[in-house]
Amino acid sequence: MRKLLILLFCLLPAFSYAGEAKDLAANPVLEKRMIGLAERLRCLVCQNESLASSHAELAEDLRQEVREMMLKGKSDQEIIDYLVARYGDFVLYDPPMKSYTVLLWFGPFAMLLLGAGVLVLQVRKRRRTVQEVVLTPEAQQRAASLLNEEGNK
Amino acid sequence: MMRFILPLVIFLVLAGFLYVGLGLDPHEVPSPLIDKPAPAFNLPQLHNTAKNFTPEEMKGKVWLLNVWSSWCVSCKEEHPVLLSLSQQNIVPVYGLDYKDKKEDAEAWLRQAGDPYILSAMDRDGRIGIDYGVYGVPETYVIDKQGIIRYKQIGPVTNQNLNEKILPMVAELQRK
Repeated sequence: MRKLLILLFCLLPAFSYAGEAKDLAANPVLEKRMIGLAERLRCLVCQNESLASSHAELAEDLRQEVREMMLKGKSDQEIIDYLVARYGDFVLYDPPMKSYTVLLWFGPFAMLLLGAGVLVLQVRKRRRTVQEVVLTPEAQQRAASLLNEEGNK
Repeated sequence: MMRFILPLVIFLVLAGFLYVGLGLDPHEVPSPLIDKPAPAFNLPQLHNTAKNFTPEEMKGKVWLLNVWSSWCVSCKEEHPVLLSLSQQNIVPVYGLDYKDKKEDAEAWLRQAGDPYILSAMDRDGRIGIDYGVYGVPETYVIDKQGIIRYKQIGPVTNQNLNEKILPMVAELQRK
């Protein structure tokens, strides 16, 4: 009898476990995947926060939506497409390459090239104006003695 | 001469960008739903929960779908504008009562007046997500074919009503 009771006690955790995992947020694997995806998405209400960190009510609803879509077996890309169809590219922290984002993607490099071009031109121009003066041996000697004099003082 | 003109030009271009930037509202995110069919829904009506409302019923008419809520502060700002619009019989205004309690919504409309032909109840905000709603109030102009033509983010004011919404409605009604 006592042995049976001990055995039952040992089995208790197994029984209690059976009732869990109903709450969506309690599924740690799914939650981790959801947070991973939501970190790449922007919350529309507080625009500098990600969907993962925002406490806005809409963000909460959208996180729930993402969880449910994941449970239905949707891929990350399908979920992203779903959100982009409703809220636009704005929800993406990583903006896609499109005709109107060309400036965003290549603007900085264009500026860099422009700056490099200006620098090269300036350096060349200066080289032309500042000509190197070749000193005669006498002048060099004089310069050396003057410098020495200065140093001895 | 060049050394004065070049910095001046750069300065003017920069100032131009900054000036335009000042006038932009980062909260106005352009909707990808413009020129797309209005998402379908079938929701109970606020005043008559036994009956449903679906945008299908509005085919052949230009109409406004105003997303509102009794808890929304800016909705109170646009309410008088909507009331006077509904009295002019220019365009039917339908409401989408977003994440609201029936009692609260009815109490608010009783107190402030009801500009809507009817309101559909989006209790859990699912339909709001389909419409890309991220801040109530939002107002959609939907044409005779059921295509969204314009989205007003934030309250309807006399200014955006007269400058944008009503000219758009008039043009769509002529089609």
